[in-house]
Amino acid sequence: MSSTLPFWILKNSARNSIATLQGGRRLYSRCASNRNKARWRLFSQVPGTGKISVPCSDVALQKAYRHTSTEEDDFQLQLNPQQVNEVLRAGELAHKTLGLVSGVPNSVLRFESNQLAANSPVEDRRGIASCLQTNGLMFGIFDGHGGHACAQAVSERLFYYVAVSLMSQQTLEQMEGAMESMKPLLPILHWLKHPGDSIYKDVTSVHLDHLRVYWQELLDLHMEMGLNIKEALMHSFQRLDSDISLEVQAPLEDEMTRNLSLQVAFSGATACMAHVDGVHLHVANAGDCRAILGVQEDNGMWSCLPLTCDHNAWNPAELSRLKREHPESEDRTVIVDHRLLGVLMPCRAFGDVQLKWSKDLQHSVLERGFDTEALNIYQFTPPHYYTPPYLTAEPEVTYHRLRPQDKFLVLASDGLWDVLGNEEVVRLVVEHLAEVGQHKPDLAQRPSKLGLMQSLLLQRKDQGRHTADQNAATRLIRHAIGTNEYGEMELERLTAMLTLPEDLARMYRDDITVTVVYFNADSIDAYYKGG
Amino acid sequence: MADYSNKLYHQLEQETGIQTGYIRTGSVFLAQTQDRLISLKRINSRLNVIGIPSEIISPKKVAELHPLLNVHDLVGAMHVPEDAVVSSADVALALASAASQNGVQIYDRTSILHVMVKKGQVTAVETDKGQIECQYFVNCAGQWAYELGLSNEEPVSIPLHACEHFYLLTRPLETPLRSNTPTVVDADGRIFIRNWQGGILSGGFEKNPKPIFTEGKNQLEIQNLQEDWDHFEPLLSSLLRRMPDLETLEILKLVNCPETFTPDMRCIMGESPSVQGYFVLAGMNSAGLSFGGGAGRYLAEWMVHGYPSENIWELDLKRFGALQSSRTFLRHRVMEVMPLLYDLKVPRWDFQTGRQLRTSPLYDRLDAQGARWMEKHGFERPKYFVPPDKDLLALEQSKTFYKPDWFDIVESEVKCCKEAVCVIDMSSFTKFEITSAGDQALEVLQYLFSNDLDVPVGHIVHTGMLNQAGGYENDCSIARLGKRSFFMISPTDQQVHCWAWLKKHMPEDSNLLLEDVTWKYTALNLIGPRAVDVLSELSYAPMTPDHFPSLFCKEMSVGYANGIRVMSMTHTGEPGFMLYIPIEYALHVYNEVMSVGQKYGIRNAGYYALRSLRIEKFFAFWGQDLNTLTTPLECGRESWVKLEKGMDFIGRDALLQQKQNGVYKRLTMFILDDHDTDLDLWPWWGEPIYRNGQYAGKTTSSAYSYTLERHVCLGFVHNFSEDTGEEQVVTADFINRGEYEIDIAGHRFQAKAKLYPVTSLFTHKRRKDDVELSDLHGK
Repeated sequence: MSSTLPFWILKNSARNSIATLQGGRRLYSRCASNRNKARWRLFSQVPGTGKISVPCSDVALQKAYRHTSTEEDDFQLQLNPQQVNEVLRAGELAHKTLGLVSGVPNSVLRFESNQLAANSPVEDRRGIASCLQTNGLMFGIFDGHGGHACAQAVSERLFYYVAVSLMSQQTLEQMEGAMESMKPLLPILHWLKHPGDSIYKDVTSVHLDHLRVYWQELLDLHMEMGLNIKEALMHSFQRLDSDISLEVQAPLEDEMTRNLSLQVAFSGATACMAHVDGVHLHVANAGDCRAILGVQEDNGMWSCLPLTCDHNAWNPAELSRLKREHPESEDRTVIVDHRLLGVLMPCRAFGDVQLKWSKDLQHSVLERGFDTEALNIYQFTPPHYYTPPYLTAEPEVTYHRLRPQDKFLVLASDGLWDVLGNEEVVRLVVEHLAEVGQHKPDLAQRPSKLGLMQSLLLQRKDQGRHTADQNAATRLIRHAIGTNEYGEMELERLTAMLTLPEDLARMYRDDITVTVVYFNADSIDAYYKGG
Repeated sequence: MADYSNKLYHQLEQETGIQTGYIRTGSVFLAQTQDRLISLKRINSRLNVIGIPSEIISPKKVAELHPLLNVHDLVGAMHVPEDAVVSSADVALALASAASQNGVQIYDRTSILHVMVKKGQVTAVETDKGQIECQYFVNCAGQWAYELGLSNEEPVSIPLHACEHFYLLTRPLETPLRSNTPTVVDADGRIFIRNWQGGILSGGFEKNPKPIFTEGKNQLEIQNLQEDWDHFEPLLSSLLRRMPDLETLEILKLVNCPETFTPDMRCIMGESPSVQGYFVLAGMNSAGLSFGGGAGRYLAEWMVHGYPSENIWELDLKRFGALQSSRTFLRHRVMEVMPLLYDLKVPRWDFQTGRQLRTSPLYDRLDAQGARWMEKHGFERPKYFVPPDKDLLALEQSKTFYKPDWFDIVESEVKCCKEAVCVIDMSSFTKFEITSAGDQALEVLQYLFSNDLDVPVGHIVHTGMLNQAGGYENDCSIARLGKRSFFMISPTDQQVHCWAWLKKHMPEDSNLLLEDVTWKYTALNLIGPRAVDVLSELSYAPMTPDHFPSLFCKEMSVGYANGIRVMSMTHTGEPGFMLYIPIEYALHVYNEVMSVGQKYGIRNAGYYALRSLRIEKFFAFWGQDLNTLTTPLECGRESWVKLEKGMDFIGRDALLQQKQNGVYKRLTMFILDDHDTDLDLWPWWGEPIYRNGQYAGKTTSSAYSYTLERHVCLGFVHNFSEDTGEEQVVTADFINRGEYEIDIAGHRFQAKAKLYPVTSLFTHKRRKDDVELSDLHGK
């Protein structure tokens, strides 16, 4: 390890237990810090061997400052604060929503999002889109493991399944009609994307076919108004997971598509998404991403309202669910070392067919002559694999009726939650709100005199210098990686964290993706008053 | 130009009866630093000689002129009492109505779709209201001129780019400013302030401009053109520092009005090199109103007579090529240009953006040896080489009107040129090859160039390329490579202009082949008495003057490389050779020259050394000393003109007439006498020349001569009649019998005038002495 790493890293790694596990043909040694948990224990990543690499501009930018630990000669650690900001902000995405959605005041004021990679390429995905045929905005966080393929697929497809589930019979008929007569489809979603977000263009037609099968089935149900939101979310998660699982079993002509669907099925992703329509907030979660609500009580105090439960070994409800679903004889083996069958941290996820299919099915699929080595897929059967499936993508859906005191929603991957507690996150966002509000003394009520204008401008300039982040998500990430043991922000630590060599970064931090959604108290208020 | 605009606007009101808001307020240019004051003094002495009254005044006087100004931090100011303010919209209206009265039709709310061109000639303009036939088309589309130029089938590149530009309007003061309160320019504070309807109008050129419309006309950006108070803050602070009493003044609004800037801070006008009849007037760098009138006049002359009445090469569209038309280049460059408008303008300033575009293959090699670079027409050229043990000042600190920090470095380079041998990379020069199957090449060139080109193969001729009036369109060296092929070397920035001129004047049906080979050759200049030794050692060929006389060109081998064009000239008057090397051999030849040259004391040198050498040898340079209004006879180059040979060439009639009548100005070399190089301000160019106390002309270039240990200025001496101010004939006698002074920023230095290079007399004499001495020894 490089001697130029600041002392605290060395200190930390010395404390870490160094575990060497023998897995198949590969030796995989790993410094596991207490806070930091790699999802798959036995699945190592070989960067850059996947046939499909996702071009990701924010990753590319960060690469300018990153390097592998072997290039020690020109190891320049010092980033100036400006460069630190550049790296942190590369993934920023912010959007102000329109005031009105089809005549109804929009309860979402704006959102701010950001992403910082630790894996190379990043395995987190995010999605933000509005439904065009029904009302509602959707926000999703998808945390991949064992590669980014599954997270990518889920981030692209899940919202379509939800949107279709919510459509009325009439809209579905229109869609089907358009498909039959080869006419252009009604637009389903309006995506709000970061320029670095990518999609697999080649396979979307296959995905569309499957989506169509899904809506055809919905049509057969003959439900006038479509599913309710809770049902829609439930169905969509499970349907998409089963499609992912079936796609790879079905014979596919195109090698590219086949390899990709294999990668998707054999990697995994947890997902957490929120659907906001007026005051109706639904959150669906499968895995250990988390969504919390920042609430300001009438007395001005802030509190935190968690909207999801992490599906992992620390969750008693999950433990008992697992025990219920499997024979008593497996009680001691289903969770080993806080991991599902001793390998996977989350207990619910998309993909990961290794933990869903029977051994026979896995063998028969993989024996069809995939080049598993090149595809970076590790075929592996965990010990005590008796009664699959062990893993499910069934989400837990929470409904919350938004109140005027609900100010913001934070959705984030576990990279954030591992480091920051719920209350801390709320506190940081509240601080951010206060600073941004104070920063830029408003020019709307423009002073009329030159002198007053000057002092106002000087104030604005002065404050602009101190608040580094305009984006709450960036602030959260900054604190997540830059806070030392004593809870203080430490620039040195932040810089060091950002300049970690590419192949070491994942040992000190996880991919972090954060989306902060601000609600418009006025329009929520109006909703209540208007009835 | 501004002067003509001033007069024009003054008359306009009387002529048209339309109020232009013309008020003669005068203007005050403030100096917060001594350097700024020097720069104002220089401007002041130039204004005075062209008849515009102005004076340098003390801060106390400034306070009297303008009641609101804070003068505590000022060191002085310049007052120009006749400057005026007008309202731009009213002027435009008045001009339009004056034009209409004279029969001009104006179509408003009409947009141009396309300019129609047939056979390289403008024929019509396609608009959204139909076609308008025309012979001439003037593109004055301001910030859209670039796009309009590119929309042509044969694109006309007009390098300019817009930046957001802000100015503030206020409500009237409690006691409204008197309408004749002078306009204030506080360049150190980056602002200007003028009165506007009893209040003030103030704007400036900020350090961090916001370029706009890089991708062309963009509706979104037009709509977003909003006030940006945060961006204006530095200028506002500067305004309130200058006029603290304005604190309580009420804001009316902050206007965001994009202005157009060019890559070199000068506007763009003239005819397109590729399309005849396509004229341009754009890129006014925010001085549209003050220069508009004058620029309009020159352009009109240009269109009517074919050339303007003043030399405006510096504004000519043809000084740029397509190479300055990259959007990225323009965007970056204007961000440097806009603040520069109010920066201190010091001698030898180089742009920092848009660099390293064209480079010689030796660039990296030279750079590693300490080369500092300047840029001409996008080409990087070495200024001088900083020795490893020496450090120069940082860019900002190096700005000076006095002796620069590189003085000693250039001195040692010059010394090396004089005593041993130096190598200068001069690849930037424009190089053309002209060949023909028959004898047309010679015939055509004889008509286009003023000197006799019918010389034996292998000879080099210095010649002008003159216009009808006998003025230099280009000054070049032409080597006759074969009976039917010629190699032409011209200044770097002639690449577009010279090409256009040759194309325009070559007969269309001739089988002449004109090729731009600039990029094909790397040029190395070996200057110095030992250049002979280096070359003969590398080529195993005798290079002594007997075998290789002066102004001779031969293809030979240098090192392993064959086909190197060796020319016995150096562009400085010093002995030596130019090597034109096909670029793939450049590195090899350079390495060989340097390693063989080691024992002769060879070293790298740059353009500053070259400049010092050429100016002390009285070598005038096109673009600096020579221009389209100067003739060979006016700079003592009669011997380079084939007047007596009975051959016709462009400009011959004018020259014959001039020969008969005598010249009205004469390029003269001045040697500053009582000038202290260490302590006095250095001359630059444009300094007024006084003869017997009377204004006689301006300098065109200057350099320190390390041989004479004096400053040398070149400049034209006129003979203005004492009574009428009319120009009279200048004779050699007139020059020789005068007492001269050069005015540098208000201080006059005595100067000796010379019509012939002094040093050559010295060296000639010295050689004679040498010969006599050797004779003596021989006996």
